[in-house]
Amino acid sequence: MLKLDRKDTLLLVIVALMTLAAPIILNPFPTGSALAQFNAGYPDLMQRFVIYGIFAIGFNILFGLTGYLSFGHAAFLGVGSYSAVWMFKLLSMNVLPAIVFSVIIAGLFAVVIGYVSLRRSGIYFSILTLAFAQMSFNMAYSVLTPITNGETGLQLTLNDPRILDGARAATGLPVTNLFGFEMRSTAHLDIAGWGFDFSVGYYLSAVIMLLAFYLSMRIFRSPFGLMLRAIKSNQNRLSYTGLNARPYTLAAFVISGMYAGLAGGLLAAMDPLAGAERMQWTASGEVVLMTILGGAGTLIGPVLGAGFIKYFENIFSKINDSILHQWFSFMPDGIEDFLVTLVHPFIGKGWHLTLGLLFMAVVIFLPGGLVEGGQRIGRLFRRNKAGDTASPATTPAE
Amino acid sequence: MSKSTYSRRRVLKSGALSGAALAMPTIFTASSASAFTNEPTGDTVTFGFNVPQTGAYAEEGLDELRAQELAVEHINGIGDGGMLNTFSSKALDGTGLMGKRVTFVTGDTQTKSDVARATAQSMIQKDGVIMINGGSSSGVAVAVQGLCQEAGIIFMAGLTHSNDTTGKDRKANGFRHFFNAYMSGAALAPVLGNAYGADRRAYHLTADYTWGWTQEESIVASTEALGWTTTNKVMTPVGAGDFSSYIAPVLNSGADVLILNHYGADMVNSLTQAVQFGLRDKQVNGKTFEIVVPLYSELMAAGAGANIQGVYGSMNWNWQLQDAGTQAFVRSFGEKFGFPPSNAAHTCYVQTLLYADAVARAGSFNPCAVAEALEDLEFDGMGNGPTTYRGADHQCFKDVLVMKGAESPTSAYDTLEIVEITPRAQVEYDPEHPMFTGGALGECNPGA
Repeated sequence: MLKLDRKDTLLLVIVALMTLAAPIILNPFPTGSALAQFNAGYPDLMQRFVIYGIFAIGFNILFGLTGYLSFGHAAFLGVGSYSAVWMFKLLSMNVLPAIVFSVIIAGLFAVVIGYVSLRRSGIYFSILTLAFAQMSFNMAYSVLTPITNGETGLQLTLNDPRILDGARAATGLPVTNLFGFEMRSTAHLDIAGWGFDFSVGYYLSAVIMLLAFYLSMRIFRSPFGLMLRAIKSNQNRLSYTGLNARPYTLAAFVISGMYAGLAGGLLAAMDPLAGAERMQWTASGEVVLMTILGGAGTLIGPVLGAGFIKYFENIFSKINDSILHQWFSFMPDGIEDFLVTLVHPFIGKGWHLTLGLLFMAVVIFLPGGLVEGGQRIGRLFRRNKAGDTASPATTPAE
Repeated sequence: MSKSTYSRRRVLKSGALSGAALAMPTIFTASSASAFTNEPTGDTVTFGFNVPQTGAYAEEGLDELRAQELAVEHINGIGDGGMLNTFSSKALDGTGLMGKRVTFVTGDTQTKSDVARATAQSMIQKDGVIMINGGSSSGVAVAVQGLCQEAGIIFMAGLTHSNDTTGKDRKANGFRHFFNAYMSGAALAPVLGNAYGADRRAYHLTADYTWGWTQEESIVASTEALGWTTTNKVMTPVGAGDFSSYIAPVLNSGADVLILNHYGADMVNSLTQAVQFGLRDKQVNGKTFEIVVPLYSELMAAGAGANIQGVYGSMNWNWQLQDAGTQAFVRSFGEKFGFPPSNAAHTCYVQTLLYADAVARAGSFNPCAVAEALEDLEFDGMGNGPTTYRGADHQCFKDVLVMKGAESPTSAYDTLEIVEITPRAQVEYDPEHPMFTGGALGECNPGA
C-alpha cells in the first residue's frame, strides 16, 4: 500500500502507534505520586518531542546519507519560525498557510546557503554552515530588529492586520487553529489517579511527523537515497565515473533545510513566538547531538535522540533541592543532606552535565547510538531463544 | 502507470485510514469542566517561580528564588511572617491560602525568551500552577506575560524594568510591581543635573533588547530636557562579556559622560572595563569624565567592587531603608540566608504576597477576580511607602531611590548609599504617554 517492504512497514506502524498513544505511554506514573516528576506526557513537551523529531529526521537526510555535517541547521529552524509568525501576524491564525510558507522560505534560504557552502566538503563545509548560521543569528538578534524584534522575540499583538481573519473584536490575542480547531485545546482524561492530556496541537504535530518520517523512509530506499549514500562512501570515485555529485548534495541540503523549516513553523504554530535563540549555534549543535545520540544514518535514531535530549532539558532541569529532600526524606538527616549534596550538581541547572555524561557513555559504548543499543538487546534475546550457534546472516554493506 | 499496484481493497483501506486521521482532532475538542485554568482542587495550590538560574542574570534569579521561597513560608505560617506583619491589608493570616497549603515549582529561564516560555508551559500544563512569578529580563518577562495571558493564569512580573512590560506589551493578566525605565530617568535627571551641571555630552552603551531600548529612550529624553546633548548611542549584545571594543571609541568621541544601559554580569564587565580604560581619570571639555548606571542592583555593585564608587544609579528598593516593612523583611531574610536581600528579591517577595492577598480578598483563585482585586489597589507597609497598583496599565507607582556607589563601604553589603528618595509624584506619567502607547491590556482571560 505504501510502497514499503515488510520490515519498513512494520517500523512505520510501530512508530505510528507509539506517537498516537504517546499521551498515555509518557505518563506512566499516577498524578499524585512522587514519581509524577518524571511524567513527560503534557502537551508542550510532547509537541517538542515530535517537532524536534522532524528537525532531526531532516538533518539525518543530509548527515546520515551524504555524510555532510552541517553545523548551521538551526538557521532554517529560526527562519521557519519567523516566517510562520509573520503569516500569523499578516494573513491568518490558521496554521496551514504559516506552515507552508515557513517550509518554502526555509527551502529558498537553504538553496542560497547550500549553493555556497557545498562548494567545499568535510570540515570546511561544516565551518561555512556554522558561519552562515551565526550570521543569521546576529542579524536576527540586532540588525534585522524591525523584522525579528531582536532579543525580545517576534510576538503577536492585538493590532496585527490578519487580513484573512476579518475584523475581530479585540478582546484578547487570537489563538492558532486549524480550520477552527484550536491548537491549545486539550481533552483531559482522569482514570484512577492517572491523568492524560490529549491535545489538538500534539496530534497535528504527530501526524505531520509521521508524514515526514514516511517521506524520509521513501528517500532512504529510493535510487536518489542510494546516490546520496554513494557520495558518503566515496565522492571521488563517484566523480571519476562521470557523475556530478553537487546537484544531489544540494537537493539533500535543501530537503533537510525544508524539514527544519517545517519544524520551525510547527514550533511557532504551537506557540506563536519566535526568538533569535532558536538560530544560535547551540541549537545547531543540539540537532547534531540528537542525531548522533540516536544513531546517524538510521531511520528511527534521530527521533529517539530528539526525545532523549528534550526529556532531559525539560524534566531534569526542573528537579530542585526541595524535591530531592522529599525523595530522601526517609533517611536519617545527615545521610539525607549528604545524598542531596551528592546529587545536586546533576539536577536543576546541572542537567547539561548529566546529559553530557550520558552522551559520552553512548558515544564510547554504543557508537551506533541508541539504535545500536536496541539492536544489541534484540540480538541477545534472539540468540537466547533460538539457541543456535550459527553466525548471524551477513548484512549488506551500506 | 503500468506498475501501479492499487487495488480496490487497498484504496478503500487507505481511504478509511486517512479519514480517521482527519477526524482525529474533532474527538479532542471537548474542554474540561473547570471554570478557569488550573483551578486548584486538592488541599494544595501551586505557584510557579520561573527565574534565570544560568546566564547573565543568574545572580539576580537565584536571589529571587530565595525570596519566593521565603514568601511561601510566610503565607503558610512558617517563620516570623516578615512583611505580613507590616502590610496594610490583613487578609492573609499565615494559614495558607483559602484553606490550602501553598507549594511551588521552579524553572530555569536561562535568560532566553524561548526557554522561559517552555518552562512556563510545563509549569502550566504539567504542574498546574495558578500563578507565575519571576523573570530577571524584560525580554523574558514580556514573552512569559504573553503566554500567561493566552493560557489564562496570572503573571506577577519580577525584575523587569523595560517600559514595554506595562507599556506596549501590557497584558490584562500581567502585573508589575517593579519600577520602569521612565521612572529611572525622571528620578535620576535632577540629581545628575545638580551633580554634573546642565552642559554635558552623553555617550550611551545599550543592551540590545526591549529593556535597553526603552531605558536609553527614557534617559536620553530626561537628560536632554536637562540641557545635555547625546553624542552617540551604541547597541551591545546581551552577554557579550568583552566590551573593550565598545569602550575604546568613547575615549575620542568628545563625550564627557558614559551611560551604561547594562544590567547583571554585563554591567559588571562593562563598568570594570570602562574604569580599566581610565575613563574616570580623564578630563574632557574641562570636566571630569563621569559614568552613570541608570539601573543598579546590590549584586552588580558587589560584582563591580571599588569601580562603582561615586557612580549614580536608581533602584526600586534597598535593604538600608528604615521603614518597618523593610526592617521586617530584611530581618527574616537575613535570619534564613545570612545576608540582606537584593531589590530583585524584594520585588518577587512582594509580588508573591500581593498575589496571595488579592486571592484572599477576592475569595477566589479565578484570574479575573484576582485581577480585579489588584487593580487600583492602594497599599502600604511593603517597604516602598504608600503604593498604588494602577488599573489602567497594571503598573505600581511608588517612590524611587536614587543611589550612589559608597565612597567608603564598611561591609560587603553597604556598597551603595541612598542619595535621594524621589517622591512618587515626580515619576508618575499618563498611561497613554508616548513611550508607553502601542498596546492594549485586552480583556482578562480565565482560560479553560
